Amino acid sequence: MSDKSITRRDFLVKTAQGASLAVTGGLLWAYLVRQEAKAQPYALRPPGALAEMDFNAACIKCGQCVNACPPDILKLAPAGANLPIGTPYFEPRTGACIMCPDIPCLIACPTGALAPELKDINKARMGLAVIDIENCLSWKGLRCEVCHRDCPLKGKAITLETDPRGLSKHAVFRPMVNSDYCTGCGICEKACPTEVAAIRILPPALVQGKIGDHYRLGWTFDTEITQDFKPSEQAPPAPETSGGKPAGMDYLNDGGGL
Amino acid sequence: MNTPADLSHSKLVSRPLGARLWSWRYVVLRRLSQFGILLLFFGTAHWAWEWPAKTPLLTGNLSASELFGRIPMADPFAVLQIFLSGHVLQQKVILGAAIVLGFYLLVGGRVFCAWACPVNMVTDLAGWLRARLPIPAMFVVSRNIRYFVLAASLVLSALTGLAAFEWVSPVGMMHREIIFGLGAGAMALTAIFLFDLLILKNGWCGHLCPLGGFWSLVGRTALVRVRFDKTTCTHCGECARVCPEPQVLNLKRLEETGFVTSGECSNCGRCSPLCPEGSLAFDLRPLIRKHGAEGSISSVRRTK
Repeated sequence: MSDKSITRRDFLVKTAQGASLAVTGGLLWAYLVRQEAKAQPYALRPPGALAEMDFNAACIKCGQCVNACPPDILKLAPAGANLPIGTPYFEPRTGACIMCPDIPCLIACPTGALAPELKDINKARMGLAVIDIENCLSWKGLRCEVCHRDCPLKGKAITLETDPRGLSKHAVFRPMVNSDYCTGCGICEKACPTEVAAIRILPPALVQGKIGDHYRLGWTFDTEITQDFKPSEQAPPAPETSGGKPAGMDYLNDGGGL
Repeated sequence: MNTPADLSHSKLVSRPLGARLWSWRYVVLRRLSQFGILLLFFGTAHWAWEWPAKTPLLTGNLSASELFGRIPMADPFAVLQIFLSGHVLQQKVILGAAIVLGFYLLVGGRVFCAWACPVNMVTDLAGWLRARLPIPAMFVVSRNIRYFVLAASLVLSALTGLAAFEWVSPVGMMHREIIFGLGAGAMALTAIFLFDLLILKNGWCGHLCPLGGFWSLVGRTALVRVRFDKTTCTHCGECARVCPEPQVLNLKRLEETGFVTSGECSNCGRCSPLCPEGSLAFDLRPLIRKHGAEGSISSVRRTK
């Protein structure tokens, strides 16, 4: 061993070779895994699922939720299905969640990828119903409202906005989705009678905006500004005049510029 | 032509049909075990098999499952990867992993490979065919690669935040798709089959699979081991010829230890029924020394 004079060089070269093989292989592998995990952002998960990336990490792909599902709507994504491999999902158009009160799929989950913190199925957020108002029969003025009637949280998750003179001849009953209540069960999507469902379930993150915390809606009662607002005790200062004309507001209100 | 080894070899060749079939017993048992496990999962998933009443018999798959609605089981390697990806797991899956780990610590880690893993059926078929076809070795690679792949899957789990091997595992693909519906996993298995058949002998199970590497490490202290009797062994080499991990049958080492110590032995039971002298037999580790001292009580059975 020790009489070989090039051992050190050999060792370094071998180390470099091994390291580059490991790094190349590792990068490729990591790329594959990452690609697979974000293959499809539209997957609808069973109730209580963690946020998508956390869910992908925590799910052990065992399918116990699939076996526990009474209406048998859950599936495990097979390889090559353009969905994160091995993870459970459902497609509402063919099989909607019936919102079992005891949430057997969640109870069956051994890892907590379906978080046991969810106790009330009505608080589940599997997705959010979104209406294509251009192709919704009710929005077109026909009497459909099937989604509203079938909604397990009818009157909360889906409400009807009535417009007595919506069309020249008759009233329009427009279904509206309320994201505060919609669980994303998909019963509406399954029930929708149009050729391609005009109401669909999508992951909330794909469709919901966020106004930002810096907005204060002064007309709602619970915002800071409304509570602290006190009317001024002094009379407002008299409007300044300039150049013989009334100041801004008064000038316009008097119709001076028109 | 008349060395003890040659005599052993001719003993093997001239076995009657009954003895020949009898020597396949562990293979038959292993297939029954492998298919049986899949069948229990499949029956529970598709035919709602229950035992006791109103309780799913064996729900889940080899990644995680529950037996009789009571006993959780989980793949400790998968759980380890998920843990490294930065997730606190529930008690149930940790308990399940501990149960499975405990079981294989006793019977031998790679007993999973030979008796439970469905991919073993594919690679065994490739190996069986390869032994009958004139396919020369394309290259030689170290069987220790699996430990590097094992380390890589743990490191990558921590780096990517996803259980790295579980996302590409052909083992997972195979049992999942058999139990829960077919997909492109068959392509991965075809690739493994061709790789084992044409490129590298025992390539997947014996060189690359990190799950096999994991179970090899677990199996080092196993109770169920193959005992070796040096007094009857004629060094005919038949055992190493059928062994998918022949490095574990290093006879020099076996003579010192008296049994197969390597965790890479999967207790598949190919060698022991084939040994013309009955020098290899399953035994329990604590009893091996005693049986060895008794001068191979069972070494004369099945020698015809």
